[in-house]
This record gives sequence, structure tokens and C-alpha cells, in this order.
Amino acid sequence: MENVKHPLSKYLREDRMPHMWCPGCGIGTAMNAFMHALEKSGLEKNDIAVVSGIGCTGRVAGYVDLDSFHTTHGRAIPFAEGLKATKPDTKVIVISGDGDLMSIGGNHFIHAGRKNMDLTVICVNNLNYAMTGGQVSATTPVRSITATAPHGSFTTPFSLPFLAEASGAVYVARWTVFHIRELQKAMLEAINKKGFSFVEVISPCPTLYERRNKMGDGLARMKFYKENSIVKNGADTKETNIEINKPFVVGKFIDIEGKPTYLESMNKYYDETFQCQLGYKTYKGTRYSCNISDGGVSEGCMDD
Amino acid sequence: MKADPKGVMTGTHYLDGDHAACEGALAAGCRYVAGYPITPSTEVVERFAGRIPCVGGIFMQMEDEIASSIAIQGAVWAGAKAMTVTSGPGFSLMMEHIGLAIMTEVPCVFINVQRGGPSTGLPTLPAQSDMMQARWGSHGDYEVIALCPNSPQECFDLMITAFNMSERFRTPVMVMMDECVGHMTERVVIPKAEEIEIVPRKYTKKTPAEYKAYLPNDNLVPEMAEMGKGYNFHITGLTHDEKGYPAMNEESQKKLVSRLINKIQNYKKEIILIEKDGLDNADVAVLSYGITSRVAEKAIIDAKAKGIKVGKARLKTVWPFADEFILELSKKVKAIVVPELNAGQVVREVERAAKGNCEVISVPHLGGGVHRPEVILDAIVKGAQGGKR
Ligand SMILES: Cc1ncc(C[n+]2csc(CCOP(=O)(O)OP(=O)(O)O)c2C)c(N)n1
Ligand code: SF4
Ligand SMILES: [Mg+2]
Repeated sequence: MENVKHPLSKYLREDRMPHMWCPGCGIGTAMNAFMHALEKSGLEKNDIAVVSGIGCTGRVAGYVDLDSFHTTHGRAIPFAEGLKATKPDTKVIVISGDGDLMSIGGNHFIHAGRKNMDLTVICVNNLNYAMTGGQVSATTPVRSITATAPHGSFTTPFSLPFLAEASGAVYVARWTVFHIRELQKAMLEAINKKGFSFVEVISPCPTLYERRNKMGDGLARMKFYKENSIVKNGADTKETNIEINKPFVVGKFIDIEGKPTYLESMNKYYDETFQCQLGYKTYKGTRYSCNISDGGVSEGCMDD
Repeated sequence: MKADPKGVMTGTHYLDGDHAACEGALAAGCRYVAGYPITPSTEVVERFAGRIPCVGGIFMQMEDEIASSIAIQGAVWAGAKAMTVTSGPGFSLMMEHIGLAIMTEVPCVFINVQRGGPSTGLPTLPAQSDMMQARWGSHGDYEVIALCPNSPQECFDLMITAFNMSERFRTPVMVMMDECVGHMTERVVIPKAEEIEIVPRKYTKKTPAEYKAYLPNDNLVPEMAEMGKGYNFHITGLTHDEKGYPAMNEESQKKLVSRLINKIQNYKKEIILIEKDGLDNADVAVLSYGITSRVAEKAIIDAKAKGIKVGKARLKTVWPFADEFILELSKKVKAIVVPELNAGQVVREVERAAKGNCEVISVPHLGGGVHRPEVILDAIVKGAQGGKR
């Protein structure tokens, strides 16, 4: 038989297959949707970089055949910020888990949103820390049984669309791994969006979260998503809380145009402030005035 | 390669150590800094924030030091020379990312303008109490390079050395200043750009098909690939193989970690910088670094006036440690006197390297000020009288 190739294989490190994810896990589906979105985006592979933190989801960076960075737990976003600031033409996409991005890394997430860093953040939310054995995360619904909440979790989880909107994201969507088409579309829109865009992917972790909470296997969970997802585009993100075994809202919630990104704000501000033609000539209002007259050497013009 | 004139503020200036370090970074080609304010280091980033729009580059004030210490690594992979700057508490927060930079071999620079600790300690007062943290603070086995300037001029000079070494060895380099050196103002001469030698980022010339991200060269350092050029490289802090793929087993661990250690250990001669004076016939050697060396200078003059044969050795490179030099020295002198602004950190290394050949006298000071020269003088006298030869 002819050697048939998967249509998206160009995005995959085939020499790293088989992957490490469990049967019924949703991360592979999320990655598949991501690769479809990349394909549709028309972006050149060389113009894309993927950054992950640590976790089962964090392993995505290791499987995509792109310049890819598997960083530290919770810190994918600030790594991506440095990358993007230095190479602004690269499309920088962060893919990681709920524990990584929202628990340990929550502070970075809200600040990147506030600054409108031009990044796409995809969070695979499986409602727990899977990699370490299924502990409580910042998104675990109340009454869920987890490894560190053996009697049930009792702290209020974050609602990620609400958090993303409040932080300043210009694009916010949530779908489950059941909603393949919508997920691909949302990822594509997020990737094409200038500014801080966010897609939450509700995903099963049958090995840990679903098993402990007696929710059945991956397939059972797909049925649950199908029957309990309330599609409500444009919904108020305050209505996006997730409660255990209850219906929850999915859809595209935020899609704003025209908000300047961090780098746009910076460049515009400096252009106005310095009023420069040949370089930044006069920098008013600080101690450091620079005269770029002779090849950029600002001799003698510093207030030492 | 010569320095990019855009970053070089040629001339004679009156600068404090923090500002001089910033100028050193700019001269070295640093074009990205991420930082979080903390006394007594903030002036470095303040000046950078003021200067960088003119030079062409970016300063980002991050939400914390954890973010700062990894944002610079993103910037490096994207092509910039980058650094972060902090002091004690912030240095503690950066430890995990020093490990990441070591493991993934990211050329970058960390400045720590040391203040008194533990905890919030003495925000505005000096110490040298993070010297062991610089060496061992991140988890796991590794080698680091740490430099220690003792004047604003040397802050400028050693920043260039730090950036150059970070590129040569593909490793983070620590510049361990202290509050006194950071805040003392002295003459700083900045040469012309064409007089400053810069080690450029070196990218592989191999094709993507031939390239392996962590295949070491003869000097044990692997070649970097430029982003966005089809290499599709993978970088991970997990133990990895030569392709850069996770390989979590005993064999890969041994291969990788020993290479990371040896790429520095085997080239110590290139890295270790020591200022030596009057050691040839000395009975006593004073070994110091950073601000303490300036105080020791006075004690040495006073000891000489008393007729004691005393010499000095000043470590500009503290890590990797100058084992061989100390061993040789220990065979020649009766005693090595080690004053430091801590409870005795580097002195442990001196004791280890001297192998009992001579007396090693610790002169600790817990920070908040500097030694009184008399205290160091007393130790020199004691060393000259007793000591073993
Ligand atoms: C600083 C640090 N703390 C803790 C860990 C251990 N750890 C690894 S992954 C993880 C949680 C991952 O959860 P999530 O991001 O939701 O990913 P998932 O495995 O669920 O996809 C933790 C706590 C670590 N690697 N580093
Ligand atoms: S533990 Fe859970 S999240 Fe991790 S691979 Fe298995 S099913 Fe997926
Ligand atoms: Mg998770």
C-alpha cells in the first residue's frame, strides 16, 4: 500500500510519535484542531512559534514540528512575551494547561492581557493538574474529587472567559473537544487576531478527573459535552461559571477590533514623545536626553 | 566583532556602578532587558529604560522577577542579547530560570546588586551574601560563571566580559555586584566602539536536515539555530538528547549534565580572571572580591608598613572557582586571609582548594556596612605570626 500521510503531518514531529497522552484524553483533539487552524491560517511554518509550560498539555510544544519551546511550569506567557517583543513578525502561540496558565501562571496571564501583548493563548482546561496525578487547580469545580481534595473541592474556581475579558483580552472563546469545527474556527480567529486572544478548550482527563468523579470514559464525557453545552455566542462572561455535572455556556464571547497592542502602544508613544526624524532626537521629560547626531553615539548628553 | 556604536557612550563619565553596568550592557550589544524594580539595583534598568529608545531595543517592566528571568530567554531565542537585573529577594525568585538557562543553554546575563539578607533584610545596605546562591541556588548539578566587579569602571568592563562569555559558553553569566559598588560614583572611561571586542551570536551554518539542536561542537558547546529559518527546533528544560527531544533516563542525564559541567570546567583558564599583586614573596595573601577588596587594600598598606610580607589576590571571576590558583598559592604562603560581607561563603572554597597547606583565616562581616580595615589587618598579623608553611 502507498504510504498515506496525514494531511496535517507537516505540523507534526512524526519521529516523536506515539505521543504520551492516555486513551480518551482531549489534548490530542485540541492539538488536531490547532493544526487545522494553522493550515487554514495560511501562515508559513517559519512564521510560527509555539510555547508551552509544564503539564500533559505542555507536551504539545514537543509534538509540533515548529520552533517550539517547552519552558517552566506557569511561565510560558512571559517567555512568549520576550520572544514576541524581539521578533514581532512571528506569530507566537502559547498552549498549556489550566494549572499552568491559570494557577501558578495566573499573574502572568492577567498582565499579558492588561498590556495587550500580541499573543494567542490556548488553554486546555481539564479541570485539574493531570500531569502530577490529578490535584485541584484554579478551575476545578466545587465538589469535585481530586487527589488533594479527596473529600471534594470547596474553593471557587476561576471562570476563564470572565478572567480573560477582565484582563483585557480582545478575543475570548470557549468550546469543548466535542465542538471540533467551532474549536478550529475559534483557534483560527484567535490566531488571526492582533492582540491578546484567548481560547479555552474544555477537555476530559478520563484517567484522573473523570475517573475520580465517576463520569465515565472519554466517550461518555463527549456525550456529556454534547448534551450540556449551551451555545451562546456573545454571552456575558459572568455567566460562564462551570459547576460540576451542570450545563455550561460555550461560544465566542469577546471579539474586539482596534485596541493597540503593547508594541504598537510603545512605538506610537515613543514616536510622539521623541518627535524624531533621524532617530530619537529629544526625549523630553526625563533625565536622559539623547542626541543622536554622530552615528548614534550620545556622547556628553547624559545627565550622569 | 567590534561593538555596535549605537550602544557605546564613548567618553569620560562620572557614573555610579549601576549606571556603568547599564552602559556596559549597551556597549556589549544588549538590546532587551526585562526587570522588576528592587533596591539597590533599580538604577540599572532605569537607565536602560531611558537609553534604549535612542539605541533601538526594548525594556519591559514585568509583573515580577520570575517573569523577567524567563522573558529574557524568549528574547534570546528570538535573536536579542538580553539581561535581567535584580537584588536578593528577586534573585531568589529567579532561581528556577537560571536552571532553565543552564539546561537549555541560553546565553544571557543576570545582574545581582547584593544587599543584606535573609528575606527583605537590608534593602539599601551592602552585602556579599548571595555568592553561594549564585553558585548553587537553582536545583540540580551545574556550573555557572559569576563575575564580581569592584568599581564602576569594572562594572562597565565586566558587563562586556559577561555578555561575551555568555555567548562563548552558551550559558547564563551572573554579575555579582553589591550595594556599595552599585552606588559609588567614580570616573568611568568608555572606549570607542571599535576598541570594544564583542563575541557575536553564532548561528549554525548547517542545513535543517543536518542540524541537531544539542549536538556539541569540539568545545562541548552546541550551535544555536536561528528562529524562523526552517530548523523547527525544540527546546525543553527536561533532560534531552542531541536532537533536543526529552530523553529521561540515566544515560541521557549523565551525558547532558556532565557536558554542561565540563563545557565550563574544561575551559576555566579562559574564564578565571584574578588580579594579583605582591604574591611572589608573600607570607600572607589577602583574597577578596567586590567592594571588600577596596577595604582590604587599606589593610594591606598598613600591614606592609608593619613590615609584613603581604600580597593580594582579587577574584574578578568567583565561579567557576580558581581551585588550581589557590592550591599553588597555599603552598607558598603561611596564611590566606579571606574577608567577605557574609558569614563566610567563598572562604569554604578557599579551605577546600588549599587542602590544608596553609592556614585559611575567615574575616566575616554580616553586611549593612563594610569591614573596618583594622579587622582585616588583625587577621593579616595573625596569619603572619602563626600560620603554617
Ligand atoms: C515549579 C513547579 N511546580 C510544580 C511542578 C509540578 N507540576 C508539573 S505539571 C503540574 C500541573 C499541570 O497542570 P495543568 O497545567 O493543568 O496541565 P495538565 O497536566 O492538566 O494538562 C505541576 C503542578 C513543576 N513542574 N514545577
Ligand atoms: S493524565 Fe489526563 S490529561 Fe494527562 S494524558 Fe492522561 S487523560 Fe490526558
Ligand atoms: Mg489541567
